[in-house]
Amino acid sequence: MSSLTVIDEQVAATPAKVIQPAWVRLMHWVNALAMILMILSGWQIYNASPLFGFSFPREYTLGGWLGGGLLWHFAAMWLLMINGLAYVITGLATGRFRKKLLPITSSGVLHDVRAALTFRLGHDDLTVYNYVQRLLYAGIIVVGVLIVLSGLSMWKPVQLYYLVMLFGDYPTARYVHFFCMAAICAFLVIHVLLALLVPKSLRAMIIGR
Amino acid sequence: MAKRSFLIPGVDKRLLIKDSIKTMPDLTRRRFIAGGASLGALTLLTGCDVIDSSSAEEMLKTVSKFNDAVQDFIFNPDALAPTFPESAITKPFPFNAYYDLDDAPEIEADDWKLEVRGLVDNKKSWTLPELYNLPQVSQITRHICVEGWSAIGSWTGTPLRDFLKLIGADTRAKYVWFQCADKDGYNSPLDMRSALHPQTQMTFKYANEILPRAYGFPMKIRVPTKLGFKNPKYVISMEVTNDYKGGYWEDQGYNSFSGN
Repeated sequence: MSSLTVIDEQVAATPAKVIQPAWVRLMHWVNALAMILMILSGWQIYNASPLFGFSFPREYTLGGWLGGGLLWHFAAMWLLMINGLAYVITGLATGRFRKKLLPITSSGVLHDVRAALTFRLGHDDLTVYNYVQRLLYAGIIVVGVLIVLSGLSMWKPVQLYYLVMLFGDYPTARYVHFFCMAAICAFLVIHVLLALLVPKSLRAMIIGR
Repeated sequence: MAKRSFLIPGVDKRLLIKDSIKTMPDLTRRRFIAGGASLGALTLLTGCDVIDSSSAEEMLKTVSKFNDAVQDFIFNPDALAPTFPESAITKPFPFNAYYDLDDAPEIEADDWKLEVRGLVDNKKSWTLPELYNLPQVSQITRHICVEGWSAIGSWTGTPLRDFLKLIGADTRAKYVWFQCADKDGYNSPLDMRSALHPQTQMTFKYANEILPRAYGFPMKIRVPTKLGFKNPKYVISMEVTNDYKGGYWEDQGYNSFSGN
């Protein structure tokens, strides 16, 4: 009995550190689903009138044809936008962005990129993001904002004319939208690869610790 | 994926679907393929067959209607489409249809009349010279296709709202429904608010020249606040109506509002 009490006290005294709070985990996975739906339906839409000399393989598109792809895109956009907006607001309001992502210094990034490429980047404390993570996570938030703004410009170029002007014109907004998608796909590949290399980071994003 | 493509042992699901859709009419076939492909992708994502194609399609249709309601609520339907200087015009302006230029309608000006039907006081048909006599305006705007490409062009014609007033149309009606001479019978409904938009035009000229065959001779409806497929060419009749009569692309699944 007394030994049990001791264990309880120990647990209470040193609770396992929460690396990813519940709201981050929830929004992360909602975002993952929304992103995949947006990318696959977006590839379907791209294929209707390719910007470059290639199309995406049909197997990796959603909706069956342009009309279906558009329906998926304009349905999943709600998931992406509401979740993304909630994430940015919570991230700013709780100070998480400031605490976790800042500062980003060029020397820090250079040092950690070199360490990462030589597999010497430490992952002892997952609550502190290294400079590679800070740069990628902050960068992808900026890309996320850009892809939503350029997407809105293409969706409502008359109503949101001032937004279109921000990008120059409608065709430019279309290119921005494409390159943001490409950046997100590149991020996705690196992000998943790194998470698999450090599995406890994946665990933290699922169960929190 | 290979394992999952067998619904019944020994029967290839894809072949089965392929065989069965051959027996469907065109429209159903397209819808079925749309649903089937999204089902395939979802199966890939979730790893199980929990969502059948019809419920996914219903969900998408519901969201699409919800989107229409949201757009109706937050956007100003009278917002003007940006106009451009002549130097911005796309040259050559692309021909675009679901058929080749060779298959575009060849309309004899003398044989053609614009038929007017539905909730209007004066149902008389209009000849081309009669229409050419109406006051015309020019505008240089961007045509945006549902596929994503766009091109800037110069269109000249009579504002549709002036014509609707002239024929005594009931502008409280919900739609103006256009029918066209394209093969397979193109048609498209336009909501009344957009029909009354100051930039919506019965177009008779492109780049100050009589509308060429490629761009919809003798008459096109230019709606710069809508996607290209809501800008019918080779128009032969218009009907003012409260009924939603569908449209060539709308029936296949493009959002009917499709406003920019």
